[in-house]
Amino acid sequence: MEDVKLMKGNEAVAEAAIRAGVDAYFGYPITPQSEVIEYLMAEEPHKRTGMVVLQAESELAAINMVYGAAACGKKVMTSSSSPGISLKQEGISYIAGSELPCLIVDVVRGGPGLGTIQPSQADYFQMVKGGGHGDYRLIVLAPSTVQEMADFVELGFELAFKYRNPALILSDGVIGQMMEKVVLPPQKERLGDEEIDKRYGSWATTGKKNGRERNIITSLELKPERQEAHNLHLQAKYKEISEKEVRLEKINCENPDYLFVAYGSSARICQKAIQLAEEKGIKAGLLRPITLWPFPSKEINKLAEQVKGILVVEMSAGQMVEDVKLAVNGKVKVEHFGRFGGMVHSPDEVLEALETKIIGG
Amino acid sequence: MAENILTPEEIIKRGELVFKKTKLMTDNELSYCPGCGHGVAHRITMEVIEELGLEEKTIGVAPVGCSVLAYEFMNVDMQEAAHGRAPAVATGIKRVYPDKTVFTYQGDGDLAAIGTAETLHACNRGENITIIFINNGIYGMTGGQMAPTTLPGMKSSTSPYGRDINMMGHPLKITELIAMLPGTVYVTRQAVHKPGLVRKAKKAIKKAFELQQENKGTTFVEIVSNCNSGWKMTPVDANNWLDKHMLDYYPLGDLKG
Amino acid sequence: MTEEIIIAGFGGQGVLSMGKILAYSGIMENKEVSWMPSYGPEMRGGTANVAVIISDERISSPILQNFDTAIILNQQSMDKFESGVKPGGLLLYDPNGIIRHPSRKDINIYTVEGAAEAAKQKSSKTFNMIILGAYLKIKPVVKMDNVLKGLKKSLPERHHHLIPMNEKAIKIGMDKVKEVNKL
Ligand SMILES: Cc1ncc(C[n+]2csc(CCOP(=O)(O)OP(=O)(O)O)c2C)c(N)n1
Ligand code: SF4
Ligand SMILES: [Mg+2]
Repeated sequence: MEDVKLMKGNEAVAEAAIRAGVDAYFGYPITPQSEVIEYLMAEEPHKRTGMVVLQAESELAAINMVYGAAACGKKVMTSSSSPGISLKQEGISYIAGSELPCLIVDVVRGGPGLGTIQPSQADYFQMVKGGGHGDYRLIVLAPSTVQEMADFVELGFELAFKYRNPALILSDGVIGQMMEKVVLPPQKERLGDEEIDKRYGSWATTGKKNGRERNIITSLELKPERQEAHNLHLQAKYKEISEKEVRLEKINCENPDYLFVAYGSSARICQKAIQLAEEKGIKAGLLRPITLWPFPSKEINKLAEQVKGILVVEMSAGQMVEDVKLAVNGKVKVEHFGRFGGMVHSPDEVLEALETKIIGG
Repeated sequence: MAENILTPEEIIKRGELVFKKTKLMTDNELSYCPGCGHGVAHRITMEVIEELGLEEKTIGVAPVGCSVLAYEFMNVDMQEAAHGRAPAVATGIKRVYPDKTVFTYQGDGDLAAIGTAETLHACNRGENITIIFINNGIYGMTGGQMAPTTLPGMKSSTSPYGRDINMMGHPLKITELIAMLPGTVYVTRQAVHKPGLVRKAKKAIKKAFELQQENKGTTFVEIVSNCNSGWKMTPVDANNWLDKHMLDYYPLGDLKG
Repeated sequence: MTEEIIIAGFGGQGVLSMGKILAYSGIMENKEVSWMPSYGPEMRGGTANVAVIISDERISSPILQNFDTAIILNQQSMDKFESGVKPGGLLLYDPNGIIRHPSRKDINIYTVEGAAEAAKQKSSKTFNMIILGAYLKIKPVVKMDNVLKGLKKSLPERHHHLIPMNEKAIKIGMDKVKEVNKL
C-alpha cells in the first residue's frame, strides 16, 4: 500500500515540507494554521533531515528570516493566516523585488482587522494583486484538497526556483483544518552547501570564494532608469510565467449551460451544488483555477462562449469576480455569490444563487 | 434545597454584603477558563480606576491574546489594538489627550514577542501610561504555544519536548529590561494567585495609576499569572506550579520606584 | 455509498478522536473520507463537533448542513443539530444530561448510556468508543477489524496497549444501544 495518511491540511504542508528537503521554516503561531509549526516542532525535522524550524517573535521577523535564508540559496518557507500575512507584506515585497525564491502559505481567515478565525477567501486581493508595495507578482497556488496542500509544497518551490520568485499557497481555514487521505511524497534529500553553490552561486550569498564576483541581494536602485530596467526585467519574467504556468481543473465542462468559477474550498462546495443542480435538470460546470496568478483568463474566455452565464463563488464580498469579468470581457453575464466574514456558503445557497442571479436574473 | 439557605436577594436584603463587584466591571460573563488569573487582574485594575475616581477620564487598550475581549468586561472607554501594538496605540491616545488616564493590558506574547519594539520604545519615551502585563509563560489564546517567557524545559505545543534554550533562547525578563530605561518611574512584579498577593498587586496598580496622574513617566506592572488550559493542568495544580517554578525565575517585588 | 455524519458534544468527550477513528477505518476499506472539525477557542470547555464523510466517491463539500447520522452528546448539540438529520436518517444520543429529547418522527432514534457505562468501566476515556460501538451496531458502515486497524493508526504507538480496552468499550456500546424510534 502507498504511504496513505489521514492528515489536516496544515499538517500535510508541514510533513510535505520535511519530505521536500526544505532547509528552514520560520513562523509565528496564528489560528487557523498553528498546526504547521506545531507539527514541525513535534516531528523534530532537525533530527530527520537537518531542517531548521524556528518560532520567530513575530511575522515581521519570520518573513525577514526567510529573506535572509532565501538569499543564501536555501529552500525556505513560512506560513501564517491573514493578519499575520498583512504583517509579512513588507518583507514579501522586498523578496519579490530582490527576486528570491521561497514559499509562503496563507491559511485565510475572515477579516478585516482581527476579524474572525473562521474560514475565508478574502485575501485574494492582497495575495493575487500584490498587497505589498510596487509592481510585483506572486505565483499563487490554490489547493482544494489536503492532497494538494501537500503536493503544492514541492510544486511551489519548483516554480519559485525556476523563476526566482516567491510562490504562495493560498488556502483557507477549511482546507487547513480538515483531515483527508493524503499520499505523501518520498523523502527528498536536502541539497548540500556545495550543490547550492553550484546551482545558485551566480546570485546567492554563499560566500565570495574561488575569486567569483561578490553577490549582492538588494531591491534598492537609486537611479530611476535602472529601477525601470529592473521592473521591465520583472515584467518580462511575469509574462513568461503567465504564458507557461497556468493551471486549472474543469469539472463537468463538456457541455454545460452554466459555469461556476471557484477555487479552494468554494470549488468543493460548487461540486456539490453541481450535483444538486443536476437533480433539478440544470447543467452546470465548474472551472477551478489552481493558479490564481497566473490566472486562467484564456480558458474562462473560451468557456464564456459556450455558456449562458457564469457565477463566481468565493468566500468574500467579490474579489476574484473582477478577474473573471476581465477575462469574459462582456461576452456573457457574470455574477458573484459568496458568504463572508467567516461564514461558509452551503451548496443549497450556491444553487439558489445560480437560479436567481444567473438563470432567472 | 434546605430551608435555611438564603437566595442572593435575601442576603443582600439582610445587609450582610461582604463583597460587591465594582461597577467598572460589566455584567458580561467572563470568557476566561475557570481559575485563570486574567479575571482577577481585570477586577483589581477596574477597582483601582473606580477608587481613584478616574472612570470618566480613563481610556484602556486591549491586546490580542485571551484578554482580547477585555473591552467586553472593563466598563470604561476601550480600544482594541493589533497584536503587540497596544503601547503605540496608547501613545497615540495619550499624546492627543495628555490629561486622560491611559493604560494597556497585555499578555506576554503580545508585549514581549511581537510587541517588544513598541513596548520598549513607549517605555523609553517615558509615555505617561500604565502598562499591565500578564505573564503566564504561554500563548493562551492560540492554544498553548511557547511564549518568550516560557521557562526552560517547560512544555508547550511548539516546545512539545520542553523549551530547549539552545534552540529557542532564554525566557525573556522583559520587566528587568524595562526597569533599566530612564523613561519608566515605577516597575514592579506582582501575582494574583493568593488573596494576600491580590491585595499587594492591587496596591501596586493603584500606585502606578497615581503616578500617572503626576505625569512622571511610564508605570509598568507585571502580574505573573497562570494558564491552566495551556499548561494542561487543573486550576489548583497550575497555581501550585506557578508558585514553585514561575516565581523562581520571575521573583516578585518592586524593580524600580 | 456515502455516509455523512456529525458528531457533537463537549470538548474533552473525545468527539474529534472518535471522528478520526471512523475516518481512519474508512481509509482501511479504501474509501474516501473527510473530517472537518469546529475549531478555535470555542473548543475550550465549550462545544466541539466534527463532520465526517465516508464515501465510495470523491468527496465534494466537507462541510455539512444535513446529515445521514447525528451523534449527539450534549443538550446544546441536540438543539443545534436535530433538525439537520435527513428524513429517514439516524439520530443517536447519550441521554445523560439531556432534558429536551428529540421529537422528530421521521428519523430513526437510538440511545446509548455512554457516560453511565464508561463510569462502570471506571474510565471516562472509554466513553467515545462506547458511543462508536453503538453507532456501528446500528450502521455497520465499516467492518470491525478495520475499526481496530483504524484505532491502531490513529493512536500513537505508546498508547497501543489501550487498544484492547477500546475494543471492549466498542462491544459494550454495541450491546447497550437502545431503539427509541424506528421507521
Ligand atoms: C499578527 C498576528 N499574529 C498572530 C496572531 C495570533 N495570536 C493571537 S493571540 C496570540 C498570542 C497571545 O498570547 P499572550 O499575549 O501571551 O496572551 P494570553 O492569551 O496568554 O493571555 C497570537 C499569537 C494574531 N492575532 N495576529
Ligand atoms: S487559555 Fe489560559 S490564559 Fe486563556 S483564559 Fe484559559 S487559562 Fe486563562
Ligand atoms: Mg500569555
